[in-house]
Amino acid sequence: MTAVWVTIGVLAVATAAIRASGPVLLGGRDLPAPVHQVVGLLAPALLAALVVVETFSVSAGGGLEVDERTLGVGAAGIVLARGGSALPAVAIAAIVTAVARALLS
Amino acid sequence: MPPVSPAALGVRALIGPAAIVTAPPADHGQNGRMLITRDPAFREGVRAGLPFAAAAVLLGISFGVLAEPVMGQVAPIVMSAALFAGAAQFAATAVLAAGGGAVAAILAGVLLNARYGPMGVALAPSLRGGARKRAAIGQAMIDFSWAAASRGRGSFDPVFMIGATLPSYPCWVAGTAIGVFAGDLIGDPEALGLDALFPAFFLALLVEGELRPGRPAVAAGLGAAIALALIPLTPAGLPIIAASVAALIGLLAARGSAHGEKGASDGASESGPVP
Repeated sequence: MTAVWVTIGVLAVATAAIRASGPVLLGGRDLPAPVHQVVGLLAPALLAALVVVETFSVSAGGGLEVDERTLGVGAAGIVLARGGSALPAVAIAAIVTAVARALLS
Repeated sequence: MPPVSPAALGVRALIGPAAIVTAPPADHGQNGRMLITRDPAFREGVRAGLPFAAAAVLLGISFGVLAEPVMGQVAPIVMSAALFAGAAQFAATAVLAAGGGAVAAILAGVLLNARYGPMGVALAPSLRGGARKRAAIGQAMIDFSWAAASRGRGSFDPVFMIGATLPSYPCWVAGTAIGVFAGDLIGDPEALGLDALFPAFFLALLVEGELRPGRPAVAAGLGAAIALALIPLTPAGLPIIAASVAALIGLLAARGSAHGEKGASDGASESGPVP
C-alpha cells in the first residue's frame, strides 16, 4: 500500500510542476522572434501527434495496429475531408468504433 | 485575428448555436479586476466543456473500477483529485497492478504527463500576469481544453481553456468514486466507442483550425510522422514529446526571412505579428 501512496504523491507533485513549467518559464513576456516562430508551431505539431497516438495502438508483434478505433477516427477524417464539421465527425467516430467492436468481438 | 476562429467554430459546432453569442477572444481583462466567471470566453469554455465532462464521468467510472482492486477505495479518488490526468493514472495503475513497484509506476505516469511541458510552452506566450498566476493557469491544462483553446497562429485563449476544463474536474473525481463504490455500472466505455471521441475531436480541431497552409501544415505533418514512427519503438508518452521537434522548422522560416523578401512576407502572413 505504501507504493500506491508514494506513486500518487510523487506523480501529483511532478504533474503540477510539469503543467506549471511552460507558463512560468516562458509566459508573461514577449519572446524573441525566432523563439516565437517555433512556439507558434508547437500547437499543430502536438495536436497532430495527439491524434496519431490516440488513433493507433501497438500490436502484440510490436508494430502499429489498425483496430476498431482506427476505423472510427478514419471515418471522422473522411467526414472532415468532405467538409463536415466537428460534431458529425466525432459522432461518426464513436458510432463506427462501437459498431465495429460489436461486430468483430 | 478574426473575431471567430475556425477552431472556435469547430467547438461551437459541438455545442450548438447558443454558444455563438460571444465577444472577440482578444481581451479578457486579464490584468483587470474582472471576475473570470463574468467573462464571456469563460462561459463559452464551460459550455464547450460540458459534453467532455459527460465523457469524463464515464472514463472516471472505468478508472475507479480498474483501480479499486489495486489501491483500495480511497487512493483512486485521491489520485483523480490530485492528478486529474487520465492517461497517466491508467498507466501508473496498470504498472502497480502488474507488481511493477512505485518507481516504475511513477516513471510511466511522468512520461505520459511530460507532454504538458511542450503544451505549456505553446500556451505560455498567451499568458500574462505574475508567475504564480501563470503556474495556476497551467494546472487547468488537459488535452481537450488546451486543444480547444488554441486560436491558431500560436495564440491561445486561456480564459476559455479554464472554463472548458472546469466541468471535467468534478466529473472525473465523482466518476472515479462511482466506479470505486458502485462498480461497473456502464460496462466497458470502449464498447461505446468513447476512446475514439478524443482523437476525432483533435482531428477536427486540427483540420478546422491549425492546418493553415505553409509551415503550420508542415509542422503538423512532421509531428504526426515523428509520433507514428516512434509509437512502436518508445514507451507511451515519448512520441508526443518528440513530435515537438517538428516546431523547429520555425527556425528555418526565421532564417529564410532574414535572407529574402519572400521569406519575410511569409513570416508575417503565417506566423502573425511578432510582439
